Amino acid sequence: MSPREMVGRIGFYTLVALATAFFALPMLWLVSTPFDAQPGLALAIPDPTLGNFSELLDNRYALGSLLNSILLAVGTALLVVAFAATAAYSLSRVRIPGRDVLLYLLLLLSSIVTGTAAMVPIFLLMFELGLIDSRVGVVLVLSGGLLPAAIFILKDFMDSVPKSYEESARVFGASSFQILKDVVVPVIRPGLSTISVWTIVNVWGNFLVPFILLRDADKQPAAVLMRTFYTEGGSPNLELISTFSLLFSVPVIVMYLFVNRKYGFRFYGGIKS
Amino acid sequence: MAQTTSPATEATAPGEGVGADGIDGPDGTGKGGRTPSDSASGGETDVVGLGKWRASAFVAPALILVSIFLVFPALWTIYIGITNYRLTGIAARAPEFVGFDNYVRAVGDADFLNSLYLTLIFVLFSAVIGQNVLGFGLAWRLQNVQGWVRGLVQSLVLLAWILPSSIVAFLWIALLDRDSGTLNALLGTPGLAWLIEYPMVSIIVFNIWRGTAFSMLLYSAALASVPPSQLETATLVGASRWQTLRDIVFPHVRGHVLTNTLLISLWTFNDFTPFLITAGGPNDRTEILPVYIYNTAISGGQMGYGAAVSLIMLLINLIIALFYIRLLRERK
Repeated sequence: MSPREMVGRIGFYTLVALATAFFALPMLWLVSTPFDAQPGLALAIPDPTLGNFSELLDNRYALGSLLNSILLAVGTALLVVAFAATAAYSLSRVRIPGRDVLLYLLLLLSSIVTGTAAMVPIFLLMFELGLIDSRVGVVLVLSGGLLPAAIFILKDFMDSVPKSYEESARVFGASSFQILKDVVVPVIRPGLSTISVWTIVNVWGNFLVPFILLRDADKQPAAVLMRTFYTEGGSPNLELISTFSLLFSVPVIVMYLFVNRKYGFRFYGGIKS
Repeated sequence: MAQTTSPATEATAPGEGVGADGIDGPDGTGKGGRTPSDSASGGETDVVGLGKWRASAFVAPALILVSIFLVFPALWTIYIGITNYRLTGIAARAPEFVGFDNYVRAVGDADFLNSLYLTLIFVLFSAVIGQNVLGFGLAWRLQNVQGWVRGLVQSLVLLAWILPSSIVAFLWIALLDRDSGTLNALLGTPGLAWLIEYPMVSIIVFNIWRGTAFSMLLYSAALASVPPSQLETATLVGASRWQTLRDIVFPHVRGHVLTNTLLISLWTFNDFTPFLITAGGPNDRTEILPVYIYNTAISGGQMGYGAAVSLIMLLINLIIALFYIRLLRERK
C-alpha cells in the first residue's frame, strides 16, 4: 500500500467514525438509560436493573397512551388502505373522466396542505364539528392527510401489475366481485402491506395533530403524553421517560427491520414518521 | 399530518405505464371480453367490468375524506384569514370581516419577520446545505463499501429518521443539557447551555441529524445509475477523485440534486419538531414559522391572524411543489 493510499484509507475511516459517532451519540442514551439503576441525562455505563420499568405501571396514563397510539395507527391504517386501494384500482383500470387532473391535484395537495400549514383551519373545523378530544376525529384528519400519497403510490403499483390475470379470470366467467376478491387483492397484497406499514409509522410518530386536537390525557397517544413527563413539575422523571421511550420506539424499529428485510430500504423513498 | 407526503415518484417512475401498454394491444384479449358496460367506460382498460358508475363509487370515499379534511381546510384558510376570528371573547361569537388587516399586520410585525428570517436560515443551513451535503457525502463514500461498515452507518442514519419525533427531541435535550449533558462532558465545556447560547445552531444540527437519511437514500439510488464504464475510464486516464465527481458523476445526478433539494426544503419548512426541543425560545430565537403559527393561533387564540400567516405558508409550499412536479414531468 502506497503512502498516499494509506492516507486515503485513514481519512476514510476517520470520516466513517465521525459520521457513526454523530448519528449514534444521541441514540445511545435510549439503549442504556432504561436499564440504569441511577438514570441521569448523561450517558453512563448502566448499573443494571429492570426496576425502572415498574414506573410504566405507576403512571396512570403511560400504558393507556400506548394503547391510544395503537388505536390511532390501526384505525387510520384501515381507513387509508381500504379507501386508497379501491380508489387506486379504479383510477388505474377505468378511464374516469378528469382522472389525470384529479391525480395531478392529489399530488399537489398532498405536498402543500401539511399538518403545520393547515393546523389553524383543521383545529377550527374540528372545534366547530365538536370533534375536539375525539380519537375518531384524529383518525379522520390523519387519513385525509395521508390518502393522496397512498392513492398515488398504490396507483403506480397497480399500473405495473399486468391485466392478464384479471382478463383470464374474466374469460372463465368470474364476476367482477370475484375477480376483485380472488385475483386483484392477492396480487396487490405487497402494495397494501407497504401502505399499511407506511401509514402506521407515520401515525405512530405524529405529534402535531393529536397535540392540537386531544386535550384529555386519557385519550392522548404516546407521542403527546411524553411531553407531560418532563414539562410538568420541574425535573424530568428519567426512569419513566427512558423506559417509556424504549417501549414506544420498539414497534417502529421492528417495522423498519421487517421492511428492510422484505423489500430492502428502497421502498418508494417515503417511509418516515 | 403527511410530512412524508411525496411518494418519491423517483423510485416509481420507471414502472409508469408499463401495465397500461404492455398487455392490451397486440393480442387483443382485452377487447375479446368486451361488454356493454365496458364500452361505456372507455373500453379495453376496464378489465374487471366495473363500469363508470361503480368505478366512481370506488373513488368516492377517499375523495370525500380528502375534500373535508384536506381541501376544505386549505380553502377555508383564505376566509378565516380575512376575519378577526378568535377562540375566546366577542370575536369568537361573531367573527368580523377585516379585509387585509391581518396581512398588513403580518408584514409590519417584527415577530413575524423574525420568524420568516429564522425559517429561511433553518431551511437553508439544515436542509439545502446540511442534509444535502452530508447525504451525498455518505452515499458517495459508502457506495463501494460492502459489509458491516456500510450496514452500520446506514442503519444509524435511518434510525435517526424513523424514530418518533417526541423521542428524538428528548434525546437531544438530554444530549445538550447544561449540567449533565453528554456533549458538554465530551467537549469539556461544563455548564454550557447550548439551547440558550446557540439555540438556532442546535436545532439546525438536530435537523441535519434527523433528516439526512432521505438524501442518503436518494443519492445512493442516483449514484447506482452512473455507468461503471465511465468511472473506469476516468480511473484509467488518471482523473482525480474531485475531477471524477465533477465531470462524470455530477452530470448524472444533477436532476436528483434539484428534486432532493426541493423535497427536503419542503419538509424542513413544514417541520414542527423543533417545537419539541425549544418551543420557539429562548425569547423567540428559534420561533420558526410553524412554531409561530402555533404560538399565535392555537396557543394565543388569534385564529384570524394565524390563518393569514398559514396562507402565506401554503403559498410558499405551493411554489415549491409546482417546481417539483414540473421537474418530474420534464424527466418523463
